[in-house]
Amino acid sequence: MLFTNLAGVALIALIVWWFWLYKPGEDAMNDSSSIIIVESGTYQPSHIRLPAGQPAELSFMRKDASPCSEIVQIPELEISESLPLNKTMTIHIPPMKKGEYEFHCQMQMYRGVIHVE
Amino acid sequence: MNDATCHKSDAKIVKDTHEVDPATGDEQQFTIEGASCASCVTRIETAIRQVSGVSSAEMNFAQGTATVSGTAADAAIIAAVEKAGYSAKPSTSESDNDALEEKEKTELVYYKRLMREMTIALALGIPLMLYSLFAGEMTVSTNSERLAWLIVGLLTLGVMVFSGKHFYVGAWRSFRNHSANMDTLIALGTGTAWLYSMIVVFVPDLVPDMARHVYFEATAMIIGLINLGLALELKARGRTSEAIKRLIGLQAKTARVSRNGQELDIAIEEVLVDDIVRARPGEKIPVDGQVVEGHTSIDESMLTGEPMPVEKVVGDEVVTGTLNKTGSILFRATRVGKDTALAQIINMVKRAQNSKPPIGRMADIISGYFVPIVMIVAVVSALAWLNFGPEPALAFAIVSATTVLIIACPCALGLATPMSVMVGVGKAAEAGVLIRNGEALQTASKITAMILDKTGTITLGAPKVTDVILAGSDSEDSVLQMAASLESGSEHPLAMAIVESALERGLKQEKVSNFGAIAGHGVEAQLGDKHLLFGNEKLMEERGISIESVRDRAQTLAAEAKTPMYFAVNGSLAAVIAVADPIKEDSIVAIKRLQNSGIRVVMLTGDNRATAQAVADKVGIKEYFAEVLPEEKSNKVAELQMQGEIVGMTGDGINDAPALAMANVGFAIGTGTDVAIESADITLMRGSLHGLADAIAVSRATLRNIKQNLFGAFIYNVAGVPFAAGVLYPFFGLLLSPVIAGAAMAFSSLTVVTNANRLRFFKAQEH
Repeated sequence: MLFTNLAGVALIALIVWWFWLYKPGEDAMNDSSSIIIVESGTYQPSHIRLPAGQPAELSFMRKDASPCSEIVQIPELEISESLPLNKTMTIHIPPMKKGEYEFHCQMQMYRGVIHVE
Repeated sequence: MNDATCHKSDAKIVKDTHEVDPATGDEQQFTIEGASCASCVTRIETAIRQVSGVSSAEMNFAQGTATVSGTAADAAIIAAVEKAGYSAKPSTSESDNDALEEKEKTELVYYKRLMREMTIALALGIPLMLYSLFAGEMTVSTNSERLAWLIVGLLTLGVMVFSGKHFYVGAWRSFRNHSANMDTLIALGTGTAWLYSMIVVFVPDLVPDMARHVYFEATAMIIGLINLGLALELKARGRTSEAIKRLIGLQAKTARVSRNGQELDIAIEEVLVDDIVRARPGEKIPVDGQVVEGHTSIDESMLTGEPMPVEKVVGDEVVTGTLNKTGSILFRATRVGKDTALAQIINMVKRAQNSKPPIGRMADIISGYFVPIVMIVAVVSALAWLNFGPEPALAFAIVSATTVLIIACPCALGLATPMSVMVGVGKAAEAGVLIRNGEALQTASKITAMILDKTGTITLGAPKVTDVILAGSDSEDSVLQMAASLESGSEHPLAMAIVESALERGLKQEKVSNFGAIAGHGVEAQLGDKHLLFGNEKLMEERGISIESVRDRAQTLAAEAKTPMYFAVNGSLAAVIAVADPIKEDSIVAIKRLQNSGIRVVMLTGDNRATAQAVADKVGIKEYFAEVLPEEKSNKVAELQMQGEIVGMTGDGINDAPALAMANVGFAIGTGTDVAIESADITLMRGSLHGLADAIAVSRATLRNIKQNLFGAFIYNVAGVPFAAGVLYPFFGLLLSPVIAGAAMAFSSLTVVTNANRLRFFKAQEH
């Protein structure tokens, strides 16, 4: 039983680490000219690095017919756009200050972060 | 190779067919036809770049589109492409129509797929469930049972692959992204149930005797029910965007245009600014324009909510999407494509529908942590059963963990706000009320005090001269002539009334010199050897001009809701000219509606106290600010805010911009369909104050709906998750079945969407 309980606690620790504490490193997209693919509940890539103080463009290609994936929002920039299916949608991003800006679907199930550096 | 690099190669040429930022309005997209090879791209790009005014042209071969920046006319670009041997058409509001059709088509395909997957899953799940209910326990004790359940297990795996693949793929992808969503919960829940059952089948010895139970029916039923829920939700979601579909549907597909002396029916995208367009009775106005010949009445109700048709004569503006009723007219196109009022309205409504009011932020924060928390609860629940539960503890642990994972519904929480906003903003648009964003919607629902600007808001804003009381030796005509000459340089509505009155009498205006406006007080100028001064009582006092001789009569005029203005020549009073601005027909009723909904209505005017009092009395307003200078308007807003009121300010949106911006919600009361009013949070397309009462009523109904949804979704999860974990078991012996949890989860988000759809039937009461 002790082993089971320890395994359970370890599982909880793993959940906390994997979903909340882990900081992504290498998988971030480093410029804004690529396309973010919206598919199967995810944005790929979901971490985007942009330079501070410069306007940028983010292109989204939605391949997921689920209505959940239709709208992408960047709340801090008051951006909210409908993504057409199987078409690229370019969103213009104004110059931003350093920091992290989340983007997500209306229900926050699809999530990504813009790291402005 | 990671995702960061794999799309780079094609990134440069991919541009969108629907640009989103109005700031880049000089960019235009074209659909190119006939480009069959990659080398055509260079040819087409070169052809477009040679058109004067084009600063850049990029063609996307894969999509068959070209993006052109610069100032060149669409027609010139189309001609250049055609000359090169291809055809092009601009992507305009027509593409709204196309996009909508395409969206509906793909949604239908998706719906059918979900229904098919649901059928397969339930075809296995229902018989299994009936078996477990009526034929006995689904346990594994003999070898033949093992074999039978193995076959069922493999069939269930088939269902998982065929009907539930999207859950597992989605879950895996988000897992790799260090995020979790609804797919994660479903995949984990159904996966756990299936895996445990397969362990029971393959290595029963690992599991205590009493816990040798299989849960294949749960896996199949949950997948089936959730697919059904998604399919029904998709249908219900379609209904939430009815308002925008209706707006898009207002766009005509063709226009009858005069070209080279002939009238031709051409596609709407080919209409150019300055084209002369014919609209016959019963036809929709295809583009915005100005009437150049004929007269008619036009039904603008679909845009403004104004039920009475509007008379149009030469010089009047006509608006895309409105319906020509009686006469045949010719008009000159002034705005086409994305620039038409209709296209702007559609854009604005779409944006507002997608935006989120602050009330949804809490749900967003919760949603962000929701799924991992539920996973932790599932683990804790399983541990609790294993440690403290009765036998078979392992089976209980598996059932409770599965049920917790399945019942939790982040979707209901996430959908609660956006679905209601979608319907509410659309509903408002139907009434001619354009709400800028979710925040404006929410604040409007909380307004406690409403300031109404008098001129143009409560009144028609088209004052007329009603009385001229002479105070000197000049005749009435002479007074009016001088006053009109003086006022011809002013844009004040009262000045225009005087100029108009002089014109009606056939009096000719003369040229004045040294014209000067004294803000909020009046104007002065020199006419020959005469110094003319025209303004209010304060101005006369300041200049030491006595008005004693007419004071009583001026007061009488003011008490009749007329505005007395004083006209002095060479420092002595020549006349009092009274101007009155008729009150809009329905102002009284609409103001009553506002007051009945508990709002403190305050009138604001630059007029003198007596006139203000008279107008306020007429329309039933108890509080007013009179003699307010234009720059003081925002101070009055602040004054009410200091008293703790949440203040709405209604004005024409141009003169009142600072006050509209200062107010918690600024309402611009439009004349017709001029939506380019940036300073307003809410634009009322019809002049009637009913629009204002409608806006408040819709915003309140929407916020009520959001609260119901949020409350329902929140309570559902807060009550459902512990119930699923088995907190009621020690007291009542109650434990939820995973199948019931699956049904509850599937229908919780459907309930949210359906509740939001109830808003579609909201009707503001006009009394």
